[in-house]
Amino acid sequence: MTESKRPPSDFPDIFSRGEKGAAMADAATLPAMRARRGGASRFFAALWRGAVGPIVVVCAAIVALWYLGAVLMNADLQRSAFENAGRKSWTTAELVAGTLSQERPKLPAPHQVAQELWKTVVDTPATSKRSLVYHGGVTLSATLLGFLFGAGLGVGLAVLIVHVKSLERSLMPWIISSQTIPIIALAPMIVIILNQLDITGIVPKAAIAAYLSFFPVTVGMVKGLRSPDPLQLDLMRTYSASQAQTFWSLRLPACVPFLFASLRVGVAAALVGTVVAELTQSADGGFGARLLAGSYYGQTIQIWAAIFAAAACACALIAAVALADRIVARRMGYAR
Amino acid sequence: MKRLDWLAILTALACALALAGPLATVGDAPGWGRPYLAALFASAALCAAGAGDSARWRLGSTMLALMAAAGGAALVALLGAGLQGAAAWGYAAALAAVWLAAWHTVSWLTSLRLKPGWPARLANLAAPLIFGLTLLFLWECGVRGFGSSMMKAILPAPSAIAARFASSLPTLGADFVQTFKGVAAGYLIGCGAGILCAILIDRVPFLQRGLLPLGNLVSALPIVGVAPIMVMWFGFDWQSKAAIVVIMTFFPQLVNTVAGLASAGAMERDLMKTYAASYGQTLMNLRLPAALPFIFNGLKINSTLALIGAIVAEFFGTPIVGMGFRINTEVGRMNIDMVWATIVVAALAGSLFYGLLALLERRATFWHASYRQRA
Repeated sequence: MTESKRPPSDFPDIFSRGEKGAAMADAATLPAMRARRGGASRFFAALWRGAVGPIVVVCAAIVALWYLGAVLMNADLQRSAFENAGRKSWTTAELVAGTLSQERPKLPAPHQVAQELWKTVVDTPATSKRSLVYHGGVTLSATLLGFLFGAGLGVGLAVLIVHVKSLERSLMPWIISSQTIPIIALAPMIVIILNQLDITGIVPKAAIAAYLSFFPVTVGMVKGLRSPDPLQLDLMRTYSASQAQTFWSLRLPACVPFLFASLRVGVAAALVGTVVAELTQSADGGFGARLLAGSYYGQTIQIWAAIFAAAACACALIAAVALADRIVARRMGYAR
Repeated sequence: MKRLDWLAILTALACALALAGPLATVGDAPGWGRPYLAALFASAALCAAGAGDSARWRLGSTMLALMAAAGGAALVALLGAGLQGAAAWGYAAALAAVWLAAWHTVSWLTSLRLKPGWPARLANLAAPLIFGLTLLFLWECGVRGFGSSMMKAILPAPSAIAARFASSLPTLGADFVQTFKGVAAGYLIGCGAGILCAILIDRVPFLQRGLLPLGNLVSALPIVGVAPIMVMWFGFDWQSKAAIVVIMTFFPQLVNTVAGLASAGAMERDLMKTYAASYGQTLMNLRLPAALPFIFNGLKINSTLALIGAIVAEFFGTPIVGMGFRINTEVGRMNIDMVWATIVVAALAGSLFYGLLALLERRATFWHASYRQRA
């Protein structure tokens, strides 16, 4: 329903939260009225209204679409597979069942990916090279090492930039403009150069992760250290606080929310950097190596499993940063 | 208390070291190297001595700036005159002296109280420029003066990269065109779809609650991982790169646009309602314009993401052209100068793309608070 068709009796509505609020109320009250009728419709109303319900519905829709896509995309392959087996005719049910259980499907069905994940995460011992836990460990260790270095470097540089004016003028424009270039293009070269210098193993990957996570942290941290307003800085001056005192008791606490926001971006960037580095340095394993091997041998299920595992790792890392943020916020008393 | 000009003192010390030490390991550098160093020393000393007295300090600083510029050229010229690969520690001290002098120049420039207008703007521009040039200079002289042939293969000097760049323009151009096809198609489709979906989501509150949290999550995930799948589905040519760029750019654009559409103030919306404006009118006249800063933010983030997506996708398979392909193969053949040349192209393309967007943003959102003060 469009706003113009509303009866004029709706007048008080404009004092509420405006158009969006009104639309939301409409959508919310309709199922709510239905919900009074019975258990089943109450269930649907919960799906429609709550915070989790819609996400569940959308996820279910995505899975359903995925199954549909898997059937459609794999059908050709399945037909030729039937023909190769010498069969002249087949039922639709057979065709659908076949498309969902191929060995190298164009698009593996969700349950195939889940099976592969279960097989490689739970059933395979973590020390085996076929275990995703092993590969995840390789990727995560490089990511975390690189992230620690990158974040530390970013924080240190930000402190320097805020305090040394000539650095701010000369270095900051480069840091900002370097965010506009695809830095990841450097990854293969850094790996090869470090390998040539006999630096192998975790260090080259961590170097790229550090390199990618350091830029957002620096930019966010500088913004945060600058965030105290002039009034507060003036107050510190009236206390005749030294630069160090201003830093520890005003600038640093003020920048904490900014820091965590940029750490979240930085940790995601570090994971991407590690995965891309593993494409070049694939002998050591890791999600990137898994992707590369999967794409060489057409093992689509393996690729999808690696993608989901990498996504899960990214979620876990971001959640860890968010958790740290919440703990620090509570300690510092700015939590809402 | 008189404040010491530490940078000038350090410059003078480095000069003294360079004067005392040998410039070359074999034979000696051309005769004009030492008088020049003496002049640099003198201006640094003048600067250090005049730290309290502004007139003398200003003269010293100006001289030091000029000397740093001349010194850069002189030290590079020394390389051509036989110091190649045979530099000694005196040369390193001279490099340090020029670097310190350049740093001194930057801090001198930032300490100047210039009138707002073109002198201040020029000084603002000069500081990062001097920094960049100093870095290039140290890289050039360090690699050419001290590097073995092995070192030069791994980390070629900027001049070697520039030569490679100039001599292989056709290849670089072809690579760029190939990659850009994927980037442009994917960027337009991805960002366009993101904006349209955001408008749709904004209209349907159910999707807002269901799809938006997922969009937020997905835009933080390592989507580049989907690249091998896209290469399998859409083949080796640019279409698969466009596909990965679509996936990478869609979610950031969606999230940013939704945030933008919610940013129009309640007052303005109420005003539109009192005008009895329809949903479409409100959208076109109020909410989309109000969302423009957010939309441009998404477009800017995506300009980098698109290039990253296309280049990484090319690591997985491409016809024998494209920037990602070039980087991957030339790294394997240890032609690092060609890799650097390709990276220069990528950097230029990325910052041009970004710059164009920033320009467009200024045109489109001239009313926004962040542009008001500068006028």
